Amino acid sequence: MTRVRSQGGDHWRRIRAIAWKDLTTERRSKAGFNAVVSLGITILVLFGFALGPDAQALRDAAPGALWLAVLFAGVLAFNRSYQVELDTGALEPLLLYPGARWTIFTGKLLANMLFVGLLLVIVVVAGMVLFAVKVPDAWPTVIAVLALGAIGLVTLGTFYASMASRSRAREVLLPLLLFPMLVPVLLAAMQASKALIGADMMLEAGAWIKMLIAYDIIFVLATHLAFEHVIEA
Amino acid sequence: MTHPTEDVFAIEAQGIARRFGARWILRGVSLHVRPGEVVGLLGSNGCGKSTLLRMLATLLKPTAGSAAIYGHDVVKNADEVRRNIGFLAHTPGLYDDLSARENLEFAAEMIGGGHEDIDALIERVNLSHVRHERVRGFSAGMQRRLALGRLMLTKARVLLFDEPYSNLDTDGIRLMNSIISEAARDGGAALVVLHELAPAAGLLDRTVTIRDGRVADPTAALLAEAELAGAVGAVGATGAVVVA
Repeated sequence: MTRVRSQGGDHWRRIRAIAWKDLTTERRSKAGFNAVVSLGITILVLFGFALGPDAQALRDAAPGALWLAVLFAGVLAFNRSYQVELDTGALEPLLLYPGARWTIFTGKLLANMLFVGLLLVIVVVAGMVLFAVKVPDAWPTVIAVLALGAIGLVTLGTFYASMASRSRAREVLLPLLLFPMLVPVLLAAMQASKALIGADMMLEAGAWIKMLIAYDIIFVLATHLAFEHVIEA
Repeated sequence: MTHPTEDVFAIEAQGIARRFGARWILRGVSLHVRPGEVVGLLGSNGCGKSTLLRMLATLLKPTAGSAAIYGHDVVKNADEVRRNIGFLAHTPGLYDDLSARENLEFAAEMIGGGHEDIDALIERVNLSHVRHERVRGFSAGMQRRLALGRLMLTKARVLLFDEPYSNLDTDGIRLMNSIISEAARDGGAALVVLHELAPAAGLLDRTVTIRDGRVADPTAALLAEAELAGAVGAVGATGAVVVA
C-alpha cells in the first residue's frame, strides 16, 4: 500500500513538474498564447462576415463556428507544446528521466487543458457578442459540454502532436492526423451545444453528451497507453 | 536504485547493430567496460559512436544484438538502465525561458530528488552568479556546465558523454574530468566519445575505436589514437605506431 502511494506521489510530482514547466515557458514567451487567441477570434469574425447580417443565421451557426475556431487555434497550441523541447534538444533529457513516461503525456495534457480552457473562455465570450447569443438557461450544462469537448480535443491534439513531433513535416502532419479523428468529438460537442443554447430545440442534448463522455474516456485511456510507443525513436 | 553485484560489467554490448533505413551505421559492436573504468570512444565522423551511446542510453533501440548497464538490458529493462546512467549529448537540452536554478529544480522533480543539493551543484559548476538568470542569455560553455550540473543531480553510476569538452574553457575541462574521475573512483564507469585526446589526458584507462560500424582491430585503434594525439607525422614517417 505504501509502495502504491509512493508511486502515485512520484507520478503526480512528475505530472505537476511538466505542467508547471510548459505553462511557465509559455507565459514567459507570451507570443504563443497571443497568436492562438488572435487566430481564434479572427476565425469567428470571418465566419460572421461569411454568414451575413441575418441574426438568426448567426445564432444557428454559433456553436459550429465556436468549435471550429477553437479547433484551428488549438492546432497552433498543440504544435507548440513540443516546440520548446524540439528547439532546444530537451526532448532527450526528458525521455531519460527514470519513471513512467505516460506522466510526461499527462503533464503536457494538463498544461494544454489550461491553455485551451483559457482560449475557450475568450472565444466563447467573443462568440456570444459577435453572434448575438444570449446566456442559455442551461448554462451549467453548456459549461459541462464545453469541458467535455475540450477534453476530447486536447487529449487527441496533445497525443498527435507527440506523434508528429518526430517528423520534419509536423506542422502539416498534425492537422492531417488530428482532424479525421476529431470528427466524432466535434460533432457531438457542436450538436450538444446547439441543442442547449436553443438554436434547435428538437435536438436532444443528452445523447450527444453521453457520446462525448464515452469518446473522452476511450481517448484518454488509449492515448495514455500508446504514448510510450509513439514518443520513442 | 538497484545495485547489482559488482562482478557484472558496468557496460556490456554484444554484437549491437543499428540500421537507419537501408544504411547500417553499426554492424555488430561488442564492448565491455568494467566498474571503475573510463573508456574513450574514438572514430571518424559518422562511424556510429553517438549511435552506440544513444542505444546504451535507451534513446534508440538496437536493430540487432544486445546491451546491458550493470546487468540491466537496455531494451527489456530500460527504466532501470535510466536510473543508472547519466547521458550528456551534443546539445545541452535546457529550457531557455527557465532560469539556471529552475532548470535544475525541474530536473530534481523529474528524478524524484530534493532541492537541497541544487545550490551546491550550481556553485560547483561555477554558475552561482547567474543562478536566477534565464538560460537564453547563457553562452554555449555556460549551458554545458549547467547540463553537467543537471547530470550530477542524477547521481548516475555510468556516464555516457558525447564530445563533452566542446565549448568548455580550461576550468570547464578540469571540472568535467573531475566529475568523470569521481564517478570511476566511486565504482562507476564512463564511456566518452572523443574527437581529440588532449582534454582527456591522464583520464582514460583505454580507448576503443569504431571503424566501418565495428570495433577496429587493435592496430587500427592505435593508429587512430596516435593521429588524435598529434603523432600522425611520426607514424607516417617511420611506419611505427608509438602511443604513450
